[in-house]
Amino acid sequence: MSASVVPVRFRDTQIEMAHGAGGKASRRLVDQLLAPLLLSPSAGVLADAAAVSIDGVRIAMTADAFVVRPIRFAGGSIGELAINGTVNDLAVSGARPTAIVVSLILEEGVSADTLAAEVRAMALAAARAGVQIVGGDTKVVERGKADQMYITTAGIGAYLPGLDLAPGRVQPGDKVILSGPIGDHGITILLARGDLDLEADLCSDTRSVFPLVEALAGATGGALHWMRDPTRGGVATSLNELAIDSSLSIHLQDEAIPVRVTVRGACELLGLDPLHIANEGQFLAVVAADAADRALTVLRATPGGEGAVVIGDVRPEPAAAVLVATQYGGTRIVDMLAGDPLPRIC
Amino acid sequence: MKFVDEFRDSALITRAADEIRRLADPGRQYRIMEVCGGHTHAIYRFGLKDLLPDSIELIHGPGCPVCVLPMGRIDDGLSAARDPKVIFTAFGDMMRVPGAAGSPLEHKARGADVRIVYSPADALKLARANPDRHVMFFAIGFETTAPSTALTLMRARAEGIQNFSVFCNHVTIIPGIRAILDSPDMRIDGFLGPGHVSTVIGCRPYEWIAQNERKPIVVSGFEPLDLLQSTVMLLRQLKEGRSVVENQYDRVVPWEGNIAALRAMAEVFELRPFFEWRGLGFISQSALRLRDEYAAYDAERIFQVPGVRVTDPKAAQCGEVLKGVLKPAQCKLFGKECTPERPVGALMVSSEGSCAAYHTYEFRKTLVPLSARRIPA
Repeated sequence: MSASVVPVRFRDTQIEMAHGAGGKASRRLVDQLLAPLLLSPSAGVLADAAAVSIDGVRIAMTADAFVVRPIRFAGGSIGELAINGTVNDLAVSGARPTAIVVSLILEEGVSADTLAAEVRAMALAAARAGVQIVGGDTKVVERGKADQMYITTAGIGAYLPGLDLAPGRVQPGDKVILSGPIGDHGITILLARGDLDLEADLCSDTRSVFPLVEALAGATGGALHWMRDPTRGGVATSLNELAIDSSLSIHLQDEAIPVRVTVRGACELLGLDPLHIANEGQFLAVVAADAADRALTVLRATPGGEGAVVIGDVRPEPAAAVLVATQYGGTRIVDMLAGDPLPRIC
Repeated sequence: MKFVDEFRDSALITRAADEIRRLADPGRQYRIMEVCGGHTHAIYRFGLKDLLPDSIELIHGPGCPVCVLPMGRIDDGLSAARDPKVIFTAFGDMMRVPGAAGSPLEHKARGADVRIVYSPADALKLARANPDRHVMFFAIGFETTAPSTALTLMRARAEGIQNFSVFCNHVTIIPGIRAILDSPDMRIDGFLGPGHVSTVIGCRPYEWIAQNERKPIVVSGFEPLDLLQSTVMLLRQLKEGRSVVENQYDRVVPWEGNIAALRAMAEVFELRPFFEWRGLGFISQSALRLRDEYAAYDAERIFQVPGVRVTDPKAAQCGEVLKGVLKPAQCKLFGKECTPERPVGALMVSSEGSCAAYHTYEFRKTLVPLSARRIPA
């Protein structure tokens, strides 16, 4: 079937910020417009990176775009975010990041110093993550057409041996592991905008999660069933996607979910759920129940993984839903992010 | 977190829940209305309904300002935003609320300058920073937010700022409660009184509910322990046949209210003869408008406001849900045409609306028995 005759179910009349926020509207855009028209029938379930075979060799391939405002914030900047974000998409797909190409879209008038600082940040992040930057492209747009700079990347990686990650491998009884405290990045960006007159001692969590993923994969192998980095839309959105794609139910325990006091305070004040807030240096993993202790031990022994915890488990019912049990014995549904609480965070 | 964690303490909450079960007569049905949308949200968010015995039914009241705002008011406010000179500002909760011609966010995508502010003072700041533009603040809320709008207007006038206006949709809580009580199909045993509104108006304005209508009312805070303790206080009154106003939230709510805030409101606002509430219809003397002394800041007088009236789709049963006659999921549109992302009816639009809260936190979990949902300790 040629693209011109593929039926398009996308009914939204225009693109709004919510379509870029990683939640329900983003998924609708991908499922109803982009995927039907663009993806090859062999593409399979959408994940953070796609598997491509070249002469029988499978590699992981991903692309990402960064439009964060402001471009510098406590704990990081757009350049560092671009490299770490690309590395993490490959890592949680079970691949060792190998090479990245980078495109810069620069706004006329941006200072050379600002640009140099971001290029340095990219080089440093790449060196830290052990990934090469092997090429790129540069374009300049008129003043006012971009917020100083936008960055897009593409990355490839080599799959780690012995892994098979897919929503279809997740089984009732599996445990859900989170690598550390959530919400740091999203709340840091929100406060960095300065619109709120709120201040807090908080940093973005941007970092490569590959060392943690590698350690976890080595310890659990085939018992590791699924991974995702909960960026835009947060933990709630990632787990809802898993619940939908696996037709299973994810049950979380509220008090097990690590959230820093400052993040919790900001969320209380602003009426946000930490489960919907973006992260740039954490990941979620689903492992077989009998591998959970092993997984936690190895993660906690790896630098940066000290805060890893089991936050819940997988159950058969109610299908395609994420539930949180409160510490008092009540429960609530946690849905995907709807709308756009925090625009342009990555 | 100080002053929050204390009110989420598991042991205390378990004790309060036990006390509720002890007080509730299993042979009787209790219908308790929580007036405030913030309470509705907290009840679902913390799963508090699961802690209450079946004999207690919580009915979600009219205290969600976004929910009771008629659609036409949004169209009226946004009609001014089509002027490229105008910066339209509102609280975040308003941004996805649809008028007949689209929500503020949809207007933004079409080119209007629409911005979220966290207080009316931020809108005034924006006006100072953009002297060649006109900043309109789309004001919503009960007595909770009305004082900050009033103080902002007083400051704007004192500073002689000429590029700032308020499109006023402030409503007052008491007429809304009265409309609910006057409704013939209404049976309520008692009220959890609104917490934030009461920080401003105090507890006296509720005395007629206790004395004339013989319904106990307990002004309640928003944390799990607050809501359960208030429920205990209500059940005690019902058990003892008393009906008085009690203040559970006395760490925040003064009995006489906030006199300075009330003065500011009286200085700037006067009552409208009548105002439409979405789902409840026209209610007399239930909303505020700017006094003549503040006409220069009144967006309804500065701009040509079309006066749009939009009736809700007939199939939407918001009024019945608002009065507690129907549960959210019993409405024909619930979860189908009407979802939090694409709300049709009033109660689906704000996270404090009962339909949105039910859809977000409760809806799908009712498919399995409670026992199967608990994560073993």
